Amino acid sequence: MSSNWVLACAANDVDEEDVLGVELNGQKLAVYNTPKGFFATDGICTHEVAQLEDGLVIGTVIECPLHQGRFDVTNGKALSAPVCVDLKTYPTKVEDGDVYIDVPA
Amino acid sequence: MRHVAIVGAGLAGFSVARRLRELDYTGAITLFGDEGALPYDRPPLSKGSLKASVDASGATLRPSEFFEENQIALRPSEPVLGIDTTARTLQLRGEAFAFDALVLATGATPRALPNAIIRGLHGVHGLRTLADAQRISQAFGTAQHALIVGGGYIGLEVAAAAAGRGLRVTLIEAGPRILGRVAGPPTADAIRAAHKRKGVDIREGVGLSAFVGTDQVKGAILSDGAHVAADCVIVGIGIDPNVTLAKSAGLATENGILVDPTCQTSQPGIWAAGDCAAFPMADQITRLESVGNAIEMGEVVAANIMGQSRPYAPTAWFWSDQFDLKLQMVGLSPGYDRIVTRPGVNPDAISHWYYAGERLLSVDIINEPKTYIIAKRLIETGKSPPPAQIADQSVNLKVLLKS
Repeated sequence: MSSNWVLACAANDVDEEDVLGVELNGQKLAVYNTPKGFFATDGICTHEVAQLEDGLVIGTVIECPLHQGRFDVTNGKALSAPVCVDLKTYPTKVEDGDVYIDVPA
Repeated sequence: MRHVAIVGAGLAGFSVARRLRELDYTGAITLFGDEGALPYDRPPLSKGSLKASVDASGATLRPSEFFEENQIALRPSEPVLGIDTTARTLQLRGEAFAFDALVLATGATPRALPNAIIRGLHGVHGLRTLADAQRISQAFGTAQHALIVGGGYIGLEVAAAAAGRGLRVTLIEAGPRILGRVAGPPTADAIRAAHKRKGVDIREGVGLSAFVGTDQVKGAILSDGAHVAADCVIVGIGIDPNVTLAKSAGLATENGILVDPTCQTSQPGIWAAGDCAAFPMADQITRLESVGNAIEMGEVVAANIMGQSRPYAPTAWFWSDQFDLKLQMVGLSPGYDRIVTRPGVNPDAISHWYYAGERLLSVDIINEPKTYIIAKRLIETGKSPPPAQIADQSVNLKVLLKS
């Protein structure tokens, strides 16, 4: 499958240990700046409709702002109740200070 | 440990079972329920499940495969009749069931109005289970006028749902104001205003004297002498912890099944979690009726069955959805001496911060999850930002978290 790298934001648009919501190809995504680098996931929590961009990033974990579901943003794994469905993740790369996400066209 | 038995297949009981497997417990787990269903999520029952468009089949916490894969033996239609604490067995309908560790996650029962008031009338409902929600949702389909008794979260959420279904809605609260037990005055004011805008008739300081009707409820006479029409009544006046099983087994109870800081009851090897459990918190015996408590207490019980001796020291958190208001609360406000208001980024958002002196006790947030998640972290980590900074909208809360 071919890649489809799309410019998401400037790397310094996202503070360290923080998250930014972006919309690419009509899809809401969340971009994370973590100690392990940049990651991207779907922007909406899998539990109820909550914007993950409002959540709190600690290390590589995002905590949903509604009901405290936690996900590992490096692989999308649901870490704690009430969530049970993993988040979809997307490859990212940083080039010349910009973050790109590989999103399905 | 070879066999853990869990009585109660709600969120607390489920959380014990799930966490035991996450902690690599390899013995048997049996989860006893009496609702005949997979463990399901209760919060939607007073919210989304009452919308006309929703198939009220409920949101299960995990599909049945989860229980198979994790070897959690679910017996969803098996009431537990007794506990023999000496033989360490549960008395079931046809057998004695041996356990090595036992968890009581028996939940709670909605308080009912006195029989002298209900008089066997049709159309009077309580709300706790999926079956209750289905009955109420069905009643909303034909009813004209709902009377909600009780201005706590359940009552207000059901009132919002009823108004959304096009019913005329009256809500009565016997206490001086709605949300008297669970939210501060400014938050109650905002919620009251939202209900008024949507046409809900809220009457505070008013109790129920009698129902009108012979077979089906037709209305009510209130303590101030007023008459209201009502062909559908929902009672949300609190819950009582289910302690009968524990009590008859000789376990200590006091507004709940009494547990020590590690969630163990007065009998070693018997634990309690969730709505039914009364635990020590800040020199008081406390019960928390919340999703957060069910999950986190269940997880602590699992850890302690595995020998970790973890004390349960929760941060209380709650949420409520009414109309377009998303209310989130963290901490417990009793003892506050001032309220600091922080305007939200959007006009419909606001938060109220309850302080005792310089110490932050709790925060109520309306329509701003981003503020909630930071407030929760502040309270969890024992941080009390200066009130002047909280009141200043230009101060970034995340910065306070890192200071």
